[in-house]
Amino acid sequence: MSLQRFVIKRSLITIPLLLGISLLTFGMVHAIPGDPIDFITLFTELDPQTEMEIRAEYGLDQPVYIQYIDWVTSAATGDFGRSIITRDPVINEIMERLPYTLVMGIMAFGVTLATAIPTGVIAAYYRNTKIDQASRVFALLGIAIPNFLLGLLLLLIFASWLDLFPILPPTSKGILSYDMLVYTLLPAITIGTGSTALLMRLMRSSMVEELDKDYVRTARAKGLPERTVVRKHVLRNSLISVVTVAAIQVAFIISGSVVVEIVFSYPGIGRLLVDRVGNRDFPVIQAIVLLIGVAVILANFVADVLYAYLDPRIRY
Amino acid sequence: MSSETSQRTTERGRIRVSGFDVERVDSRDPLSSWQPDLQSEEGRGRLEYAWMRFKRNRLALFGAATIVFMVLLAVFSRPIQLPTSFPVLAGETVQPFSLAPADPANQDVITGYREPTLENLLTWPPTGLYLFGADWAGRDILSRVMYGGRWSLSIGFIAVAMALLVGIPLGSIAGYYGGKIDEIIMRLVDLLYAFPFIVLAIAVIAVLGRGYWEMILALVVVGWLPYARIIRGEILSVKENEYVTAAKALGSRDRSIIARHILPNAMAPVIVQATLSIGTTVLVAAALGFIGLGLSPASAEWGVMLNVEQDAIARGRWWAGLFPGLAIFVFVMAINLVGDGVRDAFDPQGDQTDTDTGGLR
Repeated sequence: MSLQRFVIKRSLITIPLLLGISLLTFGMVHAIPGDPIDFITLFTELDPQTEMEIRAEYGLDQPVYIQYIDWVTSAATGDFGRSIITRDPVINEIMERLPYTLVMGIMAFGVTLATAIPTGVIAAYYRNTKIDQASRVFALLGIAIPNFLLGLLLLLIFASWLDLFPILPPTSKGILSYDMLVYTLLPAITIGTGSTALLMRLMRSSMVEELDKDYVRTARAKGLPERTVVRKHVLRNSLISVVTVAAIQVAFIISGSVVVEIVFSYPGIGRLLVDRVGNRDFPVIQAIVLLIGVAVILANFVADVLYAYLDPRIRY
Repeated sequence: MSSETSQRTTERGRIRVSGFDVERVDSRDPLSSWQPDLQSEEGRGRLEYAWMRFKRNRLALFGAATIVFMVLLAVFSRPIQLPTSFPVLAGETVQPFSLAPADPANQDVITGYREPTLENLLTWPPTGLYLFGADWAGRDILSRVMYGGRWSLSIGFIAVAMALLVGIPLGSIAGYYGGKIDEIIMRLVDLLYAFPFIVLAIAVIAVLGRGYWEMILALVVVGWLPYARIIRGEILSVKENEYVTAAKALGSRDRSIIARHILPNAMAPVIVQATLSIGTTVLVAAALGFIGLGLSPASAEWGVMLNVEQDAIARGRWWAGLFPGLAIFVFVMAINLVGDGVRDAFDPQGDQTDTDTGGLR
């Protein structure tokens, strides 16, 4: 199957999934016992006239399926309605926070790849030595440590004891300011640690597998320098499985950001979500949950396509 | 069909049933030694082998001992008195021991809420009497960590047990019957998998509200997915076996075929996953507690303990967060060791890449 056909076939699976998650996030509000209008009016008594107006504004006077269609079509254009708490358009609130989370996520991803791949390669090359053991221990610790505990410890050590970072983010300076970018390192490392531990071990095992293959022996036998064997032959082939898992780490990073943003009082999407769940601000909650679902589905899509591109055997 | 029959003859080629040799039938082992109640002989044998291998894995045993120790600490931290409305033994103290040095709710040093000023924040570091120090309200952290295990650990075990009760039947139905019902169940699984676990749990809590059982329900909604997938996959591969066909031919009902013939053979990966999931679940529950969407701030659940102290920790009162955090960490670590041990016990030849997170994403 050509790559093109694979992409088309794969996107055909993606579309119903996207529809499904939109149904799910829409249905969320209707799963709550009681009348959705109570979450808008916060249970205040209304005269029938105002109630009708509010119902009309939120489309609650329509049948449910029409409400769904309205919601999805406007969501597709970026219109998620207004926040119940702040009365601002939801999309504005999200766009305000999104850059922070994106920068943090990209940084976390960068930290992960930059540490996991070299350490994994080294662990594989020196397998069953002390170095390998150390990486194994680090992986075990990195997977088991709760990210919020790690974040708090990093704050304690680097912000409180060593005074290298401020305790609260210098948000007023904007995401692209130097101070903010430096501060973002801490949450990025916090989020990245779990993925790093995981990817490092994966890198090691796929590297070990490749090192045992015949073509490596051939390459060595024909006198290639060890560096070339490792870099040009082994590394390339063992990166294939790592690349796809790395793409799936997007979900890991998103869920990490939800918790870690709370630790660092970081003004991102995750913190917005948690704050609004406390306030039951459903338009915002729905929008963020939907965005996260879409992001994960797209990341999986990219992972599959990447895999198919790197390893044509996959396109069955 | 023809391909199936030809496959069978090649598989049986070793035995070569040709004609009916009376002498041979008489001289071989009597058929009567077969007893219907021992149908899981093979499964039990596998469990026994797995247990033998597990017993030799010192790391896994150490993990198991740690878990037992933590559970015992939680159970015996304070006496357990049944509520007066309880149907049996109402109002009786069923567990009289009290290992915790102080009442976890007792504000020894001060009573009532006090503004956490800088001065107050640095008041109660660990000392002889309070091994782990005291929290912002002057409550003994050691006692609270011990007692808090009752929330954190029970949430983990109950949520995983309930997730198994949902995931196994749904996965079995999907795998065994196939067709439309399979399609519906597995598409639902795919859908729910599109959300990172904690985001899905947050969404469920947004709908249900906060609380102990609400949290467990949220964790079950998230937690049943891997079992449904695993069981379905296993059943798809197991149900083609001859013994299933034989059971069908003998007129067994679907339910009993699934329960007695298929599930015992499909359980190994589920047990592995469930063990690892306990750790993940405790971790997610603690994370929910930490972001303020878990139990009430008054409870001593480990994540909640960290939540109410997070500013204090960042400002140097490390003991307030380190010990509840360590409790979570040690427990998850121990569960992972046990989970890895269980996996190796069931599948000694399997590749040990230790990249398994028990479904944590």
